[in-house]
Amino acid sequence: MDFKEVILQYVDYKVILDNLPMYFDGLVMTVQLVFISLVIGLCMAVPLAVLRLSKNRWVAWPVWLYTYFFRGTPLLVQLFLIYYGMGQFIDLNASSIGAFFKDAYYCALVAFTLNTAAYTTEIIRGAMKETPRGEIEAAKAYGMSYFQTFYRIILPSAFRRALPAYCNEVVFMLHGSAIAGVVTIMDITGVARVVYSRFYTPFEAFIFAGLLYMMLTFLIVWAFKQLEHRWLAHLRPRS
Amino acid sequence: MLGLHGYEASLVSGAWVTLQVALSSLFISVVLGILTALAKLSKATPLRVIGTLYTTVIRGIPDLVLMLLIFYGGQMLVNVIAESVGYEEYIDVNPFIAGVLTIGFIFGAYMAETFRGAIMAVDQGQLEAGKAYGMTPWLIFRRILFPQMMRHALPGFGNNWLVLLKTTALVAIIGLEDMVRKAQLASGSTQEPFTFYFAVCLIFLLYTTVSILLLNWAERHFSASVSREA
Repeated sequence: MDFKEVILQYVDYKVILDNLPMYFDGLVMTVQLVFISLVIGLCMAVPLAVLRLSKNRWVAWPVWLYTYFFRGTPLLVQLFLIYYGMGQFIDLNASSIGAFFKDAYYCALVAFTLNTAAYTTEIIRGAMKETPRGEIEAAKAYGMSYFQTFYRIILPSAFRRALPAYCNEVVFMLHGSAIAGVVTIMDITGVARVVYSRFYTPFEAFIFAGLLYMMLTFLIVWAFKQLEHRWLAHLRPRS
Repeated sequence: MLGLHGYEASLVSGAWVTLQVALSSLFISVVLGILTALAKLSKATPLRVIGTLYTTVIRGIPDLVLMLLIFYGGQMLVNVIAESVGYEEYIDVNPFIAGVLTIGFIFGAYMAETFRGAIMAVDQGQLEAGKAYGMTPWLIFRRILFPQMMRHALPGFGNNWLVLLKTTALVAIIGLEDMVRKAQLASGSTQEPFTFYFAVCLIFLLYTTVSILLLNWAERHFSASVSREA
């Protein structure tokens, strides 16, 4: 028996083929969840990083507490805290806020957004702190206002420096999003769990899900390589 | 205190399980990490290929998917093998072992990258000198490589540990009674899920804070030879 026959005997590839549309929907769901959380999280992270760097302790401290909490606890527990925990304070069947928190999809969005915003805040804070003093002084000497300095000098160079670390964060978020399947959302992992329980085919179901995630991971890493190539061109050694 | 309705002892026992899972998988990941780092730096091509394949594949797949694969897949495999040797009864895979093996296996890949960088940072000449003195490879590793690489490995190691600690929450999904699972059970019967998940968060924060303090101490300890403080 050659290798191909052995594989075909033990691997039920038909299970995957038959459920390909469902996997595709899962892929769309995963990408959608991760993308929306990342965009909102990034928008939150920039002002939060500025507050976190404030010299006023009463401004910086709450932001520190926020990032410490969300970076020090598992995303799974954060999701549970929002999905199961909110019902302790609001009537989920009465108000429109209740309807929002009753929906696993929105709960996952909130949890993922708050989580990635906390990590991204620290990434951007670190990058902003590294801004060379001379650049800020030069901007001041040109008569730029604080906001002009911020938008023209500090932010663009901080974003550049943050790029490699942010790439890691995006990959972490993608992998972290797999827990959405635990609260009934049909993302890639959710679909894999359904396929497994319906056909009792753990290898096919989860390995195919793993391949989809791996493809997305490589896509993200490749995209960031392109961005780095473009935006960090001035740091490359001249050949 | 927090109004835990008498579930304090249950949460504490769950917290102990979480710690056991974390420390056991840390041990596996460090051993795997050092072996893989050495494999990736070795002159033998097959070893390098295996090492690279392992670290690349693992870091491309979410930990939960790997855990489900190893737990459910392992379950099936164990039973198929048991059946083929004539064992009749159904075997349940222990979720503690499945969880620890999976987390150890995953973080072995991350540790490998950390240790690879650390090993490369150690002066090659010192290893050659050890060889010239007639030391065995194990003696060179123990006396020269390990003490010096730890200084370079510590920051990455610390990061991996903090991530690993939080990853242990996933074992609740495969049914292990860690503190997340205990909180699930307690909130089911008290209808106060927020209270219990928040308590779990506080315990995780406690673990994280203690870890950071210990890591800072260790960093000072392993940098004693190069630090300027008296």
